[in-house]
Amino acid sequence: MSFNIDEIRAQFPVLDQQIFGKPLSFLDSAASAQRPVAVLDAIDYYYRNDHANVHRGVHQLSQRATIAYEAGREAVRDFLGAPSTKEIVFTRGTTEAINLVAYAWGVPNLKAGDEILLSGMEHHSNIVPWQFVAAQTGAKIRVIPMDDRGVLDMEAYAELLNERTKLVGVVHVSNALGTINPVKQMTQMAHKVGAVVLIDGAQAVPHCAVDVLDMDCDFYMFSGHKVYAPTGIGALYGKKALLEAMPPWQGGGEMIRSVTFESTVVAPPPTRFEAGTPNIAGGVGLAAALGWIQALGMDAVAAHEQQLLDYGTQLLGNFDRIRLIGTAPEKAGVLSFVIDGIHPHDVGTVLDMEGVAVRTGHHCAQPVMERFGIPATTRASLGVYNNRADLDRLAMGLTRVMELLG
Amino acid sequence: MSDLLVLYQEMILDHGRKPRNFGRCDPASHHADGYNPLCGDRFTVTLQVDADVITDIQFEGSGCAISTASASLMTEALKGRAASDVPGLFEAVHGLCTGDAPNTDKLGKLVVFGGVANFPMRVKCATLPWHTLKAALKGEESVSTE
Repeated sequence: MSFNIDEIRAQFPVLDQQIFGKPLSFLDSAASAQRPVAVLDAIDYYYRNDHANVHRGVHQLSQRATIAYEAGREAVRDFLGAPSTKEIVFTRGTTEAINLVAYAWGVPNLKAGDEILLSGMEHHSNIVPWQFVAAQTGAKIRVIPMDDRGVLDMEAYAELLNERTKLVGVVHVSNALGTINPVKQMTQMAHKVGAVVLIDGAQAVPHCAVDVLDMDCDFYMFSGHKVYAPTGIGALYGKKALLEAMPPWQGGGEMIRSVTFESTVVAPPPTRFEAGTPNIAGGVGLAAALGWIQALGMDAVAAHEQQLLDYGTQLLGNFDRIRLIGTAPEKAGVLSFVIDGIHPHDVGTVLDMEGVAVRTGHHCAQPVMERFGIPATTRASLGVYNNRADLDRLAMGLTRVMELLG
Repeated sequence: MSDLLVLYQEMILDHGRKPRNFGRCDPASHHADGYNPLCGDRFTVTLQVDADVITDIQFEGSGCAISTASASLMTEALKGRAASDVPGLFEAVHGLCTGDAPNTDKLGKLVVFGGVANFPMRVKCATLPWHTLKAALKGEESVSTE
C-alpha cells in the first residue's frame, strides 16, 4: 500500500465531523488514537460471527474465537520482533503490564539496598508501581536526569549504574516531551551491571518500528489504543527465562494447569499471567490494527509523522511567546509547549472552539513538569491520519488564543 | 456574543492577568490549600475572621485565567462580609457555573462566571477557589477537586 494521506484519512470515520462548525483536527493521539474501518470491521465481524469463550470449548465458535484471539498474540510477536508467542502476555494496556512486572518480577527479586533506576521523564505508570514495590521490598528508586532539551544525561546514567542496580525502567518515547531515548545503548549499559531492563513502549509503537531482539531489553510493553486498536488491550513482551521464573500475580481460571482445594499447579507463560476471560475482541482488534499499520509500512508512517513534526515545529517557532518543551534532536509525535502568560487550560478551551483537539495538563508526568518549572503544557500530538491542514488549523487557533486572551 | 467571549469576559481576563488580594493574610484565622489534579491548578486561601466578619482574605498560587479570576473576584466579594454568608454564596456560585437553577440575586460582579455553564470541563476551574475557601472555614487544610 502506498502512503496516501487522503486515503488514510478516509479510513477513519471519526475524523469526518465538525466541532462547533469547524472541521475536526484531532491532535490528541498520544492520549488515545482513533480507529480505522479495518479495526472497527474486525471487531464487528468477530462479535457477529465468532464470539465464544476462548481456550476451553470444543465447539466451533470457541475454536474460531481462540484462533482469532491467538492471531492477536502472533501479530504482537511479529510487530515487536519477539522470538515466540510464549513471550507475549496480553494485558489491559501498558499500565497493567508494568504492574505485572513490578509485582511478579519486582517483589520477589528486589530487597533492601537494591536500586531501581528510572528516567526523569517517566509517565506516572512507570513510577508509581515501583514506589509500591520499593515500599514493600526496601529497594530504592534513583532517577536519571535530563537536560533542558529533554535529553537524558548519559554520563549521569553511566555513573548511576552500579552493582546494586537491579532494574532500569525507561520510556522509549516520552509522552510529555516526544524524546526518543537511546534504549538499545541504555540496555547494553544496564546489562553490563546485571540489571534487568524494562522499556515502556506506549508512545513508540504507534510511531516507529520496534525490534525487541535488537534492543535486547528484558521487558517491553505497549497499549493497543495508542496504535489504532481498541482500549482495554495491550501487551507485555518478556524474555522467556524471566517469565518462566515469575510467579503468577492474579489467580483464577485460564492461568492454571490443575486445581484441587489443597493446591494448584500454574500454567506456563503466557497463560500464567492471564487469569480470567480475556479481552478477546480487543485481541482481534489489536491484530487488525497492527496488520493495518504494518501494511502502510512503519518506515513510511515514521517519515510522514517526522515531516509533520518538523512542519509543526516550524509553525510554532513563528510565535515569539511560544516555548517548546522538549527539543531533543530525536523526537516523535509530540509538540508540547507553553505560551507566555496564558495557561494551557485556557489554550485548550479556545482551540476546542476552533475544532482543534489538544491535550492540556501535566500528561501524567508531573516530575517532567517540575523539571521544566511549569505546571502544565499544551500538547499537540500526531497520528498517522494527521496532515498539514491540521497543523495550520492549530497555528490559526493559537493566533486566536493570543488575540482573545492577550 | 459567542460562548467564548461570554466565558472570557473582559473582567475575567483582567482579574486573571492582574489578580487582586494576591498574597497571604497575616494573621490568618483560617487557611486551606486547593488543588485541581486535572490541570495542576493550586491555590492557597488565607483569611482572618473576627466576630463573623471577614476582615481580610487573600489567595496565592497559580492556575488558568478562569480559576485565577474566580479567586480574585471571590476575595473582592468577601472582604468585609459575614463568614456566615459564605455557604449561601458558595451554593449560588456553584449553581451559576453549572447552570443549575442559578440564583444571581446576591452575586454582584460574580455573575461574570455565568459563561462557565457552557463549558462543563471548566466548572472545576471556577469553583476551585470556593471549594478551598469552604475547606478553610471548616478547618480542613486541603481540598482536591477530583
